Order: sequence, then C-alpha cells, then structure tokens
Amino acid sequence: MGSAVNIGWGGLAASLILVAVAVVLSWRLRLGLERSMLWSCARAGVQLLVTGWALTLVLKPEASIAWSWLWVVAMVGVAGLTVRMRAPEVPGIFPLAVAATAIVGVVSLGVIFGFHIFPVESRTVIPLAGMMIGNSMTSVVVAARRVTGELRDKRLEVEARLALGLSWQDASRPHLREAMRTALIPQIESTKAVGLVFLPGAMTGLILAGVSPVDAVQVQLAIMYLILGSVATSVTVVAVGLARRLFTADSRLVRLPRPVG
Amino acid sequence: MPTPAFAFEDASVVVADGSRILDHVVTTVAAGGITVIAGPSGSGKSTLLRLCNRLEVPTSGRVCFAGHDIAGLDPLAHRRRVGMVFQRPTLFAGTVRDNLRVADPDASDGRFGDVLDQVGLASSFLERTGDDLSGGEAQRACIARALLTGPEVLLMDEATSALDPEARHTIEVLGRQLATDGLTLLWVTHDLDQVARVADRCVVVLGGRIADATESAAFLAGRDAPDGHDGHDGRDGQRRS
Repeated sequence: MGSAVNIGWGGLAASLILVAVAVVLSWRLRLGLERSMLWSCARAGVQLLVTGWALTLVLKPEASIAWSWLWVVAMVGVAGLTVRMRAPEVPGIFPLAVAATAIVGVVSLGVIFGFHIFPVESRTVIPLAGMMIGNSMTSVVVAARRVTGELRDKRLEVEARLALGLSWQDASRPHLREAMRTALIPQIESTKAVGLVFLPGAMTGLILAGVSPVDAVQVQLAIMYLILGSVATSVTVVAVGLARRLFTADSRLVRLPRPVG
Repeated sequence: MPTPAFAFEDASVVVADGSRILDHVVTTVAAGGITVIAGPSGSGKSTLLRLCNRLEVPTSGRVCFAGHDIAGLDPLAHRRRVGMVFQRPTLFAGTVRDNLRVADPDASDGRFGDVLDQVGLASSFLERTGDDLSGGEAQRACIARALLTGPEVLLMDEATSALDPEARHTIEVLGRQLATDGLTLLWVTHDLDQVARVADRCVVVLGGRIADATESAAFLAGRDAPDGHDGHDGRDGQRRS
C-alpha cells in the first residue's frame, strides 16, 4: 500500500509538466497568467510541504491528541483571517467568520465523533476538520460578499420595505435568501454531480491507497454530507450575523461603501 | 398654537467622513396640506425627509412627531404612521398584489382594490407585475402600498423626478387629493415649477441649512442665494404660497 501512494520527488516533478504547458499557453496567448500560476504552484508546494512536516510531528503515535485540537483551533483562526483578506469590504467579517467556522468545527466533529463515524484520533481529527472548515471558508467568503453587495446595491428596495414598517429581518430576508442561494449552489451542484463527472478527493485518495471502492464510497458519502451540512451552517451563521451587523437596533441600514478597485 | 406634525430642534446630521449633511436645522412642519421641501441637489433636503421616518437619525438635536421625540417612538410603528414614496418607483418582485401584501398581509382583495382605486388604478392591476407598468403606474402602485399602512403623513422624496410630464401631473393631482382627504404630505423637490404647482407651504434647504427669507425668495425666484449669509432663523425659511 505504501508504494502505491509514494510518488516520490520525481513523480511530483513530473506532475508539473502540465503546469509548464499551461504557462507556455498563457505566454503564447498573452493571458498574463504565467506569474500567477507559478506563484500559486510554488506557494501551494511550500504550504503543503510545511503542513506535511508539521503533520508528521502531530501524527506521531506518541504525540498527544491535544496538538491536533490545537491545530483545529489554528485552522479556525486562519480561516477567519483568510475570509477577511478575501472580503475586505465586508465590515466586521473576521469575528463572524471565526464564529461560523468554529461552530462548524464543533458541530461537524461532534457529529463525526459522537456517532462514531470515525474514531477520535489525530489522523482523523485534522483532515476532517480541514475539509469541513476549508469548504465552509470558501462559501463564507461568497456569502459575506453577496450579503453586503445585495444590501448595498438594493438599498432602495430594502429601505422601501423598512419604510413600510418591516423589521430588519423581514426587510433583508429576500436579499439574504438570494445571497445564501448563491453561496450554497456550488456545493449543492457538486454534491449532485459527484460520481458522474468527478471522483472526489477523499475517495480518490483511499482508492489510490488500496482501499476497496465500496468502502471508499461510504467514507466519501459521509464526508460529503457533512461538508454540505457544514457549508449550509456556516453560510447561515455568516449571512444572518452579517445582516444583524448591517442594520442598527432601530432597523436602519448602515452606509455600505463600495469595494475599492 | 396647534402641535406641528414635525418639529426639527437644532437637528444636525454628520456622516462618518465628517461631512455635515444638515447643520443645526430648526423648523416645523404643520399638520395637513402639502409642505414642500425645496432646494438644489445635495442640499440635504432628502436627509431632512428621512429624519421624519427614522431612516436617518440626527447626530445632534432632535426631531419630534406630533410633539413626541421620534427617538423615543417604536421605529416600526412610527414608519407605518409616516409612509414614504421614493424617487424611483420601487416595486418588489411579483405582482402588484404581492407588493400590497408586504404592507398588509391580512388585507383582502377588496381592500387592495379600494386602495388602488384611491390612487387611480383599476383592480385588474393586482395581477400585473412591476415590469408591466409604466413609470407613473408603478409610482401610483407604490403610493397605494404606502397608503395600506394607514399613514397620517406621506413623505414624497422627489417622487416625480423619474417620471414623464404626464405621469408627473397625475402624481401631483393624486397628492393634492390625498392632502384634501386629510393626509399631511411632505414633498421634496428641486423643481421650482413643481413648488409653485403643489406647495401649500415651502421650506427651502441650502447647504444643509434652512434658508432665511431672503435666500428662500432668491431660490424660489430661480436666482442663486445671496453669498455671505451668516446665521439664520430656520422659521424664516417657511413661506406660504
């Protein structure tokens, strides 16, 4: 099994051939993406190598599982910072994103370990938390930007509802619905298309590692359902929490600046 | 002396970047009839109007409605007493009936028909969507929606500036009819001809201040306000037309 997944440095280098093709294409077609592609590959390489090295330490049999939980806490913090960086125009997004991903972490890991779907071990805690928090983070960015954009661009409509005596919850509901749909649809679509077009990462990894496809499918399904639930939870927390922040206690919509650039 | 509909008591609005939108406004708006708030674009007249239904709050000073500080009133209940019509017709997605339901979810089609009749639209409009209406029809549907909350005051924020002359005329006639029926109208406009057509009283706002008598006369005559003005008594800016 070990040899099946150990591609070695040569194998890793070979996988860069397609990146080289993409860079050449970008250069020939003057897309101007060469630098971005090379930078993203280099950055992913460094990040994952460092992560792999750190995981080796944390996953050592003699290492305390407390390190794994600390890792999860760090993930939540980094997710919050990443969301803030990707949605700088959204006021007060950092604490909300941290709260949303923390809730997702607690609920999803609670379900996973509470129902004994996976055993509580360092090798399960970190990757599972990573998948839940990582997927949630991406959707949280979309939800935060869409909620802010909807309320800013459709201010007149929101205020027309407020002027009829509607509460901020009622006045913002159609816009929150729209923003949440936009944030959730990619996850729903990928859940629908799974197995038909692409084989998801966890399942592919398990099959490559020699696990039987049926067992791999079961694991993948459990993960996918949990990810969908996590994404929906985090999007709801951020959308509702953000809407609360963007209205005053007396149901006025605060002024929302347009994003720079 | 009867209690005014609105009293602005040294009300100022300063936004986050430090810009002073309204500067120590002192004035009153009598109940009944049509009071026009006139002034050039950016003078602060819309902000003055938005203070009346608490879509804005004063940074300092206070605004009273029927003798009560608006800050102490329940904002949602207050907004149902003080309806508002915006510059562009703002119909929500769905039919006119769906729109009217937002204002009063429990009302019957009969009630909806009555309020449409009040603004000069037939009951058949209930089935139509905003996309099927002309600008004037859409604005009248918006007025019908505002009337469904049973307001005592209707705030008109440049409510005809996006309409063609014919639609503008129908809204002005409707406004006069509503005032005759007992509603108090506050009508913001920068159109001097409209001031002459609809105003029972006029407050002129210049640079975030209530203009004094001289400035108001100059503005309403279509001339620039005299330079070098310093200090004023807001009540001087009120004119009876």
